[in-house]
Amino acid sequence: MDIPEDRRYSKDHEWALVDVDGAVRVGISEFAAHELGDVIYVDVPAVGTRVILGAQMGEIESVKAVSDLFSPITGEVIEVNAEVKSKPELVNEDAYAAGWLIRVKPDDAGELDQLMDAAAYQTATE
Amino acid sequence: MTQQPLLRTSLYDTHVTLGARIVSFAGYAMPVQYEGILAEVRAVRTGAGLFDVSHMGRFLVDGADAQPLLNWVHTGNINATMPVGRARYGTICKRDGGIIDDAIVYRVSETLWMLIANAGNKTTVFNWLGYWCDERFPNAIITDSTDHLAMIALQGPKAVELIAGISTFDPAMVKPFNMFNATIEGDHAALIARTGYTGEDGVEIMPHAEEAPRVWKMLMDLGAVPCGLGARDTLRLEAGLLLHGSDMNDTINPIEAGLQRFIAKEGDFCGSDVVRGASESGTKRTLVGFRTLERGPVPRAHTSIIVDGETVGDVASGGFSPTLDMNIGLGYVPPRLTALGTALGIDVRGKMVDAEVVALPFYSRPR
Repeated sequence: MDIPEDRRYSKDHEWALVDVDGAVRVGISEFAAHELGDVIYVDVPAVGTRVILGAQMGEIESVKAVSDLFSPITGEVIEVNAEVKSKPELVNEDAYAAGWLIRVKPDDAGELDQLMDAAAYQTATE
Repeated sequence: MTQQPLLRTSLYDTHVTLGARIVSFAGYAMPVQYEGILAEVRAVRTGAGLFDVSHMGRFLVDGADAQPLLNWVHTGNINATMPVGRARYGTICKRDGGIIDDAIVYRVSETLWMLIANAGNKTTVFNWLGYWCDERFPNAIITDSTDHLAMIALQGPKAVELIAGISTFDPAMVKPFNMFNATIEGDHAALIARTGYTGEDGVEIMPHAEEAPRVWKMLMDLGAVPCGLGARDTLRLEAGLLLHGSDMNDTINPIEAGLQRFIAKEGDFCGSDVVRGASESGTKRTLVGFRTLERGPVPRAHTSIIVDGETVGDVASGGFSPTLDMNIGLGYVPPRLTALGTALGIDVRGKMVDAEVVALPFYSRPR
């Protein structure tokens, strides 16, 4: 299973990637998407919502299960992936790119150091 | 207390080799999915899917009292003139009308009958048959052949032509809801019933258990796609087919569950006085189909149905329908709320989801 080195990973299987504009892009890992099965509905916080590192921020629902989403960063949601709302299967098809969920303006991008790097996440999911 | 180890069908190793995700179901280790539930549903609706349903109970009933015994316990018209090869669906009720199981009865020959029960109700149904045999129908012999015969469901628009190509099963001679004592290429004897639980045409193939892996492989080589219990549940819901344990149980009678058309005879059966009474006097709750007005969180079993601020019922089964691209479900509401188009609210984890009553089935195959 793919674990790109360019981003960090939370213990709840979210990934966080700093975009060129400094915002943090968030999604779930391929491992998580695979465990969930076919995703059919994604519930993420609206633009303007404050999210907190480690706090529940939404839900991701597959055919058989519902999983909580936890924010890997503290800050304000500045963008939501409209494509994933209408095509939830993007999370399964392309978890690391087209299946992104939200972009957050972080209070402190240094928080990402608290997350795992690719190697640590690899070990955690073995 | 130590857990009983999970039972395995004769196809278990096949599933593992195919990379199936295995789950525990009715005491068995069963595949919930292979490639993915949505892909498997699509395969059944457009081609042919293969399901291992060997965990279901297969009871053979023989002897002079076989027919009267089955006619007593089952709401279907299991009469002496039922044609050989015919299959009839109905429910098995307690004396108070509560549904013990839904089941299909097949007339395998002049004297031999078969009843197929849900895996989770095997013991209850087998004991129930035994009870009535002792009580009233002593000249019946009930044999549990669940372990002796496997059962492979092959379902989809291409299913019947696939099985016809490799066996003596002739679709022109064996119409839906009939069965045939066939031979599959390689000299495998198998009962083949043109029945199923997906809303598609197809068959349920019953070879000897040890031959199931060979039959499965033959069908896969012809293009049938392995499908698990996840796809099976989505398909049956789309087809408006009920699941015992979710949509009915032994506190619910066939009238409440919308199954009155399967009470197919005038005569008495176990529970008939209560069931017919309910039919006349009406019920407090009735099963309806619903769909949500938008894609959103899925209303699943046990979520509350709310109308005018009041909880009026609950959801029995719910799920996403990939074929119809909407969320659908079955729920119990008071009879005054069963008209098509009635607006319902469903509380899904604290969020009110708008839904409306729709006709069943949600999906019908093109004919």
